[in-house]
Amino acid sequence: MSAPLGKDLLGLEHLSAEQITLILDTAEPLREISERAIKKVPTLRGATVVNLFFEASTRTRISFEFAEKRLSADTVNVATAASSVTKGETLVDTAKNLEAMRIDMVVIRHASSGAAQFLAERIESNVINAGDGTHEHPTQGLLDLLTLRQRFGSLAGRRVCIVGDVLHSRVARSNIWGLTKLGAEVAVCGPRSLLPTAIGDFGVTIFDRVEQAIEWADALNVLRLQLERMTAGYIPSLREYNRVFGISRERLERAPRDIVIMHPGPINRGVELDSEVADGPHSVILDQVTNGVAVRMAVLYLLAGHAPALAEAAKGGER
Amino acid sequence: MANAPTVVLNARALERTVARMADEIVERADGAESLALVGIQRRGVQLADRLARLIAEREGAAVPRGALDITLYRDDLQTVGPRPIVGKTVIPWEIDGKTVCIVDDVLYTGRTIRAALDELADFGRPARIMLAVLVDRGGRELPIHADVVGRTIDVPKGGRVDVLVSELDGRDEVTMVIAGEET
Repeated sequence: MSAPLGKDLLGLEHLSAEQITLILDTAEPLREISERAIKKVPTLRGATVVNLFFEASTRTRISFEFAEKRLSADTVNVATAASSVTKGETLVDTAKNLEAMRIDMVVIRHASSGAAQFLAERIESNVINAGDGTHEHPTQGLLDLLTLRQRFGSLAGRRVCIVGDVLHSRVARSNIWGLTKLGAEVAVCGPRSLLPTAIGDFGVTIFDRVEQAIEWADALNVLRLQLERMTAGYIPSLREYNRVFGISRERLERAPRDIVIMHPGPINRGVELDSEVADGPHSVILDQVTNGVAVRMAVLYLLAGHAPALAEAAKGGER
Repeated sequence: MANAPTVVLNARALERTVARMADEIVERADGAESLALVGIQRRGVQLADRLARLIAEREGAAVPRGALDITLYRDDLQTVGPRPIVGKTVIPWEIDGKTVCIVDDVLYTGRTIRAALDELADFGRPARIMLAVLVDRGGRELPIHADVVGRTIDVPKGGRVDVLVSELDGRDEVTMVIAGEET
């Protein structure tokens, strides 16, 4: 019944439904640790984890750091602006040098899709992808799955619509993989300029109007609209975007059922999501943040115990 | 060459043993006032539930109950793989100042109890910690002993004791295999 994860967590695409369920089932009891007076268990005592962030991140990095510390791992944060990466060192050189100092795990965030896998194939340490380009952000996908599973009991047959900039979103990709593997129905909704042209290959429904999505969905995962998308000409203006695709109380009130509202943060209030909705009774945005720590603890725990012989098998084929 | 399991306690005997343990726990704790029971996942939890029910009946006092999963405190996590499944830990009351009785099904090496003591310490500072086990099979690897024991049997290394409880296994029974294969 146990399905080991292997050496690395690079994305949800190559995980089986059993492996995803194992992570969620492990995360569930780990939530309790953060409620204790002493928020720490000795599980990863003596393990060293490096958080290697080549791209700005507050929430994800802090969440990983809490997860590592609550499992008693020693942590080091490397941010690119203050590292020798600015002196032109390559990704592999940076990681090899860290490995020479006897680290055990690397959490990597990088602007290039595939950076995590590139690193995983070249170093012995466990690698956890904390977001690579527009490819995947698996721990965000997992925390979204956990939050929805807590709300609905099971994801089978539930309808989840991802709203907004799907084209540039690694969160959207990890969500689509994870949700479909666990049996949910997935749709996307957004301006055509912000949907990938090959979105049909994912087997998801496409809504051009947000009203249709609201009519259909049990939950909306509202993506952050990167402000630079406007200057790049993907959308005419933020106001225009809010008027056509923004999730407002008025729009939700016309829904045939209560819709769970998720957002990976940080929110552009008044652009993709109105404040009334973000802070409203159907928002689970802060549950997502709480679950993020538990899910990351689960991944750290499960990977640190990987059986080397199984690592290759679980990694999924080369693409 | 796995031998057939021998029944150590049948359902009736198990019921009597648990009833006696309930009395002994209260006696040892000098009453039920500040007593609390914490069962170790998994079968210790059901035993703790039964003990709490019996104590409540006999003493007319509600006894707080909790569940402890010691997986994250195991001392062999570096060597076992794949990772053991993590269960739920639930202690929804203050443990400071209480007499906490840890309840487990089988006491063997003592390593589980060592882990349980470490975990309890992360919840606070009980006035006292006791240990009640249904079966003490010997074979200790740490200086740990039980305060209340249901049945003592000597099962050499390689043997096995299985506690079945109706809540999880459909029936109440304790069996042992003396020279079974290592599992």
